Amino acid sequence: MKSVAEILKGIRPEFDFSASNDFQADGMLDSFDMVTLVAALDKNYGISIQGTDIVPENFQNLQTIEVLLRRSGAKI
Amino acid sequence: MNFTFHRKRISGVLVVVPANERSFVEEMRNFNFPKGRSLKLKEVMGYDKRRIVEPGVCVSDLVLFGLQQLFEQGLLKREEIDALLLVTQTPDHFMPATSSLIQGRLGLKQDMLCLDINQACAGFVIGLMQAFMLLEQESVNKVVLVNADVLSRKASPKDRNIYPLIGDGAAITLIERDDKDSVIHASVKMDGSRAEALIIPAGGLRLPSSPETAQLEDVGDNNLRAKDHVFMDGSEIFNFVQTEVPPLIENLLARAGISSAEVDYFLCHQPNRFMLEKLADKLKVPYARMPNNVVEHFGNSGSVTIPTVMAYNLRERLLREQLQVCLAGFGGGLAWSAMLLRLGKLAFNNIIEYE
Repeated sequence: MKSVAEILKGIRPEFDFSASNDFQADGMLDSFDMVTLVAALDKNYGISIQGTDIVPENFQNLQTIEVLLRRSGAKI
Repeated sequence: MNFTFHRKRISGVLVVVPANERSFVEEMRNFNFPKGRSLKLKEVMGYDKRRIVEPGVCVSDLVLFGLQQLFEQGLLKREEIDALLLVTQTPDHFMPATSSLIQGRLGLKQDMLCLDINQACAGFVIGLMQAFMLLEQESVNKVVLVNADVLSRKASPKDRNIYPLIGDGAAITLIERDDKDSVIHASVKMDGSRAEALIIPAGGLRLPSSPETAQLEDVGDNNLRAKDHVFMDGSEIFNFVQTEVPPLIENLLARAGISSAEVDYFLCHQPNRFMLEKLADKLKVPYARMPNNVVEHFGNSGSVTIPTVMAYNLRERLLREQLQVCLAGFGGGLAWSAMLLRLGKLAFNNIIEYE
């Protein structure tokens, strides 16, 4: 199973996601990247992140993504 | 708002798609965007092939082509049409109504009603509701509902938010009274306060088209778009659908006293595969019972997509048997609609190509 950081790296290899606290503000993750990320997280963790949870604040940084994953039933 | 209809049925569906097929992979170079990220998007959203009209082709051209086929094949007679309802957001002209132009070009009788309805992706259910209401009149025996759009003509080829998903097409649906005591439940909701989430800003009287409104502008995320082009706030629309559509469907099922398991198919508007998979997950419906493959074969053609799902995925079954289906449309307006009905046996259920 890949880590969230590894999945993010696969989507936008040019960025160091561990160095940012706000992916959107830093221009590292747009709305289409978010869709690609959700599809990858769903597959990786065997979950389905709810559509209503696909909002920028849940994808602000590695910590908010991990909170979302736990809420969605992922074992991390 | 809830509606109930009695003794009405859909008796045939014919979808007209342009022969001109475009490929997402070939069009990727139009977008100022890395190839790898575009391919990931293709996989998740289901973007692949789509059908769009050649320059100059209008809604009435597609509709005429389809209706003439029905006349020639003896599936419909000119004199039988008591009402022609056209749901479109891309009419031939501001005035007159495109439905009137179609009536004139086909030489239909004067003793009939022609009506244009400006609705988007919720427009198939809304059009059906109008048809059912007209069939309450003794003088109306057969209604032709036409859903048609050529929105590709108003989309910027440099806008990857919308251009790769747009399809054009027309769907002709025949609606009649049912001899059996059938009951159809429907719900529709509207929120005009969010209208600007899906809009063509210029070209009407509020902001007439001009050289300035035709000018491509950098609108962020490497997209170029003019005010004459259609704009969609993708995130707003996605959240609107995920928030509003599940309760609309759940309440409709509850009102009708039908469980989700009793519905053979959920035939939804087809914006993209990802959005429909999330909708299916939320409603706990297996993907096989909520088809999501229209966008990858034809593109998103607005209110044409629900009849396209019927004809593409259930052609044979709907010709020979009756299925319990739940229709759901959602989009511009904003508007969202759902309908629960028994569908089939249809006299025809085809897709043809306009050349």
